[in-house]
Amino acid sequence: MAVAQAQALVPDLHVMDADPDGEAQSLLELAKWAIRFSPVVALDPPDGLWIDIAGVEHLFGGEEALLKTLLGRLENNGIHARAAVADVPGAAWAVARYGKGGIVPPGRAVDAVSPLPVQALRLPPQTIGAMHRLGVERIGQLAAMPRAPMVRRFGREASLRLDQAFGHAAEPISPIIPEETTVATRIFAEPIARLEDLKLVVCQLSEEICRALAKRGEGVRRLDLVFRRVDERGAALRAGAAKATRDHKHLARLFDDRLETIDPGFGIEEVVLIASRTEPLDENQIAARGLDEAEEEADISRLVDRLTARVGVGQVYRLAPVETLVPERMAEKVPPLSPPARSAWPDGLPRPTRLLDPPEPIITTALLPDYPPAAFIWRRVRYKVNKADGPERITSEWWLGDQHRTIRDYYRLETDKGARFWVFRDAPLSEGGRWWLHGFFA
Amino acid sequence: MDARREVIESLRRQIERLHSGSRPRKALPFGVTPIDGHLPAKGLASGALHEVIESGPAAEFAGAATLFAAGILARLKGPVLWCLTRRDLFAPGLMQVGLHPNRVIYAETGRDGDVLPLIEEGLHEKGLGAVVGEVTKLGLTASRRLQLAAEASGVTALVIRRWWTVAQKDLTHAPTAALTRWRITPAVSDDLPAQGLGRGRWQVELMRCRGAEPCSWIVEACDAQGRLALPSNLAHRSHPAQVRGSAGG
Repeated sequence: MAVAQAQALVPDLHVMDADPDGEAQSLLELAKWAIRFSPVVALDPPDGLWIDIAGVEHLFGGEEALLKTLLGRLENNGIHARAAVADVPGAAWAVARYGKGGIVPPGRAVDAVSPLPVQALRLPPQTIGAMHRLGVERIGQLAAMPRAPMVRRFGREASLRLDQAFGHAAEPISPIIPEETTVATRIFAEPIARLEDLKLVVCQLSEEICRALAKRGEGVRRLDLVFRRVDERGAALRAGAAKATRDHKHLARLFDDRLETIDPGFGIEEVVLIASRTEPLDENQIAARGLDEAEEEADISRLVDRLTARVGVGQVYRLAPVETLVPERMAEKVPPLSPPARSAWPDGLPRPTRLLDPPEPIITTALLPDYPPAAFIWRRVRYKVNKADGPERITSEWWLGDQHRTIRDYYRLETDKGARFWVFRDAPLSEGGRWWLHGFFA
Repeated sequence: MDARREVIESLRRQIERLHSGSRPRKALPFGVTPIDGHLPAKGLASGALHEVIESGPAAEFAGAATLFAAGILARLKGPVLWCLTRRDLFAPGLMQVGLHPNRVIYAETGRDGDVLPLIEEGLHEKGLGAVVGEVTKLGLTASRRLQLAAEASGVTALVIRRWWTVAQKDLTHAPTAALTRWRITPAVSDDLPAQGLGRGRWQVELMRCRGAEPCSWIVEACDAQGRLALPSNLAHRSHPAQVRGSAGG
């Protein structure tokens, strides 16, 4: 039917381009989603799914409840679907599309399928046309015909489909293979407890996992190591990699130090290593030494992993500049391998190397109200100021508004012993400004 | 007799070989002639452990020692690992002496004792420029381990000794296996003709050094490239005048 013709029939018709690829992708997504009902899910393009529920229906409270749950969830997601449960895929296909759906009792596929039109046999349109010309409308009529003339007339496929719908011929479905997490397991006949043995096992397991990941072109970002003890208690360790890696020696080393913390009890009988997070990782060409003129930036991702394994995530970091003038907020933690910051702190402004956070109050004496202090008392010690530099006024950013506005006048002070301090007054003296010690230069 | 002499000779050669094996190959000169001339490696030996201690009014905060260390790091190449327990480090201050924030990776732990393994871990990584650790307690065994790790990889290790109590301060006098121990004390800077503060000035003491006598110098604090300098009003004096007597252990 041409678009113009369709539009003539339905005046406010909404026309969209067909998107077979997109639809196939959506169907695949839906199939992945359906794995929650059964591990065996197969695609039936363009618009169907087969779910093999043999042996899983009791988990959902029977076939009926399973169907209800499935359809209800689909409905909630805006997908109108029909579903049928039958002994064989062919019967379920026919009942779901041309019958009422629902459950075909075991062994009753022939009864359920026979009254359905021949279109329910998944045959090409020409064959269906030929059947219609001969007055064969129902599957039952087709089944009643003598088999040999029928095959001659409609082809071998018609016979096959008929047998599949009735359950006389096996029909294998090819399930989609979900992306599995790569797991390596060792079960011991004799429980192990020695640290050396554990280390060896972890080494072997990580080698196994790396080999499996290499086939899939992936690298590890996070590894979980799970132990099961003889007394059924478990223990687990987790290690992360800052960059996807397949270096099994490196991965094994991440656990090395912490294996000591595992209490083997009466022995460990199972060790499982799980690559719980992976990322695509291509093989890299290693640059030949001496060919590259510029020295390659040292790869410190391994070091970062080892440090992180020791002190924990978030404890290994880099400090990146923040666009602010308030000293306490000038640096923020960023992951150690994040791209280098482009901006930097303004240079030329003297800043201390150590900061007191929060600032500590000091008692000062000054020659004149607006002079830098001539002496100050901090932590009950009196410091005589010889030289001073300032003030440098630091205010909070203008875009924060007046409400949280802080105005600080910073002075650098050098005492008579040469020590240098960074102090500030939080407001002009006339407004009751107080003095604070904030940092140390030297 | 000849046989005995031969044995002694061969032993001597062995000892020499042992020494040269552990002797650092490269050094980072300070660019200050008296200091470089005094040090056996003609600079701060790389692939070795160095200690920096601060003394002075606010020595707990180690502001000058940090700057001294940062100045050394700024002149080294490659990323730097900084292991610490407290969060009082102010990174913009490090940039003042030329240590760019992109080069520094921090590893933080809650306990002082946990810093040493981190330093050692860093010292095994050949790609690093240097490893800095802020440590209160550094025993003989631990420091020897660090020194060996540094020798093996050629990465320089700097340990800034931190202390918060008198008892902890006494720990800094205990011997360690570090190649050098420096003590930085802020000194009174030059008067400027006008109000204001000029370049800082430190008394840099070499308290302990394998193969050299303790010594002490007055220098100008690190500049924007992390370089020390001799004070201009001291630079042209004769040598004995600027080199003060040792401060001892």
